[in-house]
Amino acid sequence: MKLLSLFRGHATFAHGGVHPLEHKQETAGLPIRRLPFASKLVVLLSQHKGAPAKPIVKVGEEVVRGEPIAEADGHVSVPMHAPATGRVAAVDLWPTAEGPKAPAIVIDVYDAASQQILYEEEVDILNLAPSAIVQCVKEAGLVGLGGAAFPSHVKMLPPADEKIHTVIVNGCECEPYLTCDHRVMLEHTDALLRGIRIAMRATGAGRALIGVEDNKMDAVRTIRQKLSKNDAIEVRAVEAKYPQGAEKMLIESLLDEQIPEGGLPVDLGLAVYNVGTLAQMGELLPRGRGLIERVVTVSGAGVERPGNYLVPIGTPVSFLLQRAGVDTEANKVILGGPMMGMTMASLDVPVTKGVSGVVVYAAGDPDQSERTVYPCIKCSHCVEACPMCLNPSMMAQLAKKREYERMESEFHLNQCFECGCCAYVCPSNIPLTQYFRIAKAINRERPSLAS
Amino acid sequence: MARPIEIRTAPHLKRPQGVEQIMRNVVFALIPVAAFSVWQFGISALALIVTTMIVAMLTERLFSQLAGRGNTLGDWSVVITGMLLALTLPPGFPLWMAAVAAFVAVALGKALFGGLGFNVMNPALVGRAFVQAAFPVAITTWTPAFAPGRFIEFIPSTLAVPFMKPEAVTSWINGLNIDGFTGATPLAMQKFQHITASTNDLLFGNVIGSTGETSAILILLGGLYLAFRRMLDWRIPVGVFAGAALVATPLWLMNGELYPSPLFVALSGGLMLGAWFMASDMIASPVTPWGAFLYGALIGVLTLVIRLFGGLPEGVMYAILLANAASPLIASWTQPRVYGETKRQEGGA
Repeated sequence: MKLLSLFRGHATFAHGGVHPLEHKQETAGLPIRRLPFASKLVVLLSQHKGAPAKPIVKVGEEVVRGEPIAEADGHVSVPMHAPATGRVAAVDLWPTAEGPKAPAIVIDVYDAASQQILYEEEVDILNLAPSAIVQCVKEAGLVGLGGAAFPSHVKMLPPADEKIHTVIVNGCECEPYLTCDHRVMLEHTDALLRGIRIAMRATGAGRALIGVEDNKMDAVRTIRQKLSKNDAIEVRAVEAKYPQGAEKMLIESLLDEQIPEGGLPVDLGLAVYNVGTLAQMGELLPRGRGLIERVVTVSGAGVERPGNYLVPIGTPVSFLLQRAGVDTEANKVILGGPMMGMTMASLDVPVTKGVSGVVVYAAGDPDQSERTVYPCIKCSHCVEACPMCLNPSMMAQLAKKREYERMESEFHLNQCFECGCCAYVCPSNIPLTQYFRIAKAINRERPSLAS
Repeated sequence: MARPIEIRTAPHLKRPQGVEQIMRNVVFALIPVAAFSVWQFGISALALIVTTMIVAMLTERLFSQLAGRGNTLGDWSVVITGMLLALTLPPGFPLWMAAVAAFVAVALGKALFGGLGFNVMNPALVGRAFVQAAFPVAITTWTPAFAPGRFIEFIPSTLAVPFMKPEAVTSWINGLNIDGFTGATPLAMQKFQHITASTNDLLFGNVIGSTGETSAILILLGGLYLAFRRMLDWRIPVGVFAGAALVATPLWLMNGELYPSPLFVALSGGLMLGAWFMASDMIASPVTPWGAFLYGALIGVLTLVIRLFGGLPEGVMYAILLANAASPLIASWTQPRVYGETKRQEGGA
């Protein structure tokens, strides 16, 4: 393995993966720019995995930018902070990207002149006890900014019998079009390294490994320059191949280890964080602030002014697109990247903590044209592309016969994390990933039906 | 912003290689082989290829209409079936029999199972197996390559009247005055008389045999083209030749007089065409990487067993059909190890 990697270039995961056109050059060179405030910001109470936050403000109340407006409901939950100074206009249901409406706090934003962050409190973060740091991470409302939006503090607390020895820092950004993490690594390197040291202190990890895809060597160099000799932090380039940024793939690329089926990185003594999350951690925690904005890449052929925007959480996608000059002919808007992102039914959907990009396709884009679906010709391209070594062809046959339980019991359906490689390569244009999403949803419902 | 928004599910990107493109490229890869066969055997070969292709396409159209599947000619798969079938038949094969073969290939080999993607066996070989049983004499009647006048004159058997016994070609061949023509393929000569054709002749098609099976080198080039474009699983032909060599090499080392060399085995008869273009039929072969190799090896072994110990000089067709039948079983035995799977067992132990 090690010898082979000398010839192959940078390390990568063992099986599968695809190389879609990157489309990163459109925005990779564009520095992060601040987006103005929309007149109305909508903070969804559930922007993360786990229990939705509970509102602690009432309609008509004035809120200051950075002030907590909703509190965490239990351990796997995070609080929300006001993204702008203004007045609470409503606590009501609002459209979400997933489809159904969900509860949100709507803020009428005051004029831009008053938008200083007043709600903060300096903390000597690195001298706090680990448990106190974890509490600070939770209070900052930090979640995985790579897209998964899993509460960051939960990963810092391993089960009693396990111990975290290494923090894995995910700077892969393997989705086409997205460059927000790339820009963060270049422009907020100090905050990133500070965040990594905070995470190491909180988890008790002795070292940190930063994995960056080798299409961002400038980021690798920038980070490396700031590291001291014998630093506990190390940065490594890995091959640019989708889905390198999936935590299971990145762990395999960096450490040549696999997470046991049904397990978590913590089972290997690892905690994995996205670079954007850690940069925010390094920025927010020493000042006692909450997460109220994030970098979002807006790109695609349908965008006149593509770029990386620092967007207040709760900004409606329609406002963001308007500022980026979206072509009026555009008819397909994707939240996230094109491989795993989702289309929306309404552009009123607000930007949440997990949104890393908005990709807009112009009408008539050949990538998005309607394709005939043929029967499976058993070409085995999906088997070769699956990074989890699953057999999508076989599972699709079972899905057609509605044998969803067998898909799980014999073919490890739950190991599928819906990266989309199988559907991407399928010459018959079979929506494999969608089959698996549906099968998993049905299997999830099954035990509850039985009880 | 009242314009319609499209809702679709991820992934929103697609590699441009589609079914039509794969099938079309297989046809392209076969064109040199077919062109060479026309140059070698003249208008009879051309008529044979055209006949099977047209009949195969008409049959596909008819059955897709009957089954309410619309027009399925656009996926190009039936063009391959028609072309491959012609290439496996003797050049002077009566056209009406070829038409029967093409009809059976598509109707019985493909349409009845549900069309593209559902056939259990390679349709072209199903058609060929049918005519092998129905017309045993015609399918083993070989005519000389590079006969003079082959571009203006049909081989007499080609134009046989349907349902009548085709006229014997012996007198016609005698009239051609070709030195040393025995009417036996290199395989038959090796098997029954232990005379081995030269490697050069086998490579460049300077031998008699089925329409498209004579030039090993053109088949190899076409196959390599497809393998490099990842439209063919290289493990299958590699498996076939490995399997064939596994049986042939020890026997040849024991008795080189009686048994053919592995090189002769690989280059003669239908093994080359079978390995690259028929065994590799995606639909009837396993999707798992190891399965593909084992399936190929099974074909190689079976071919040699039939060739060396069976009553027939050639066994590629039956070997592939048998392996096609075993393909689902092989696939289920060779499921790849899923990410994180063994580790868990180790951890539990």
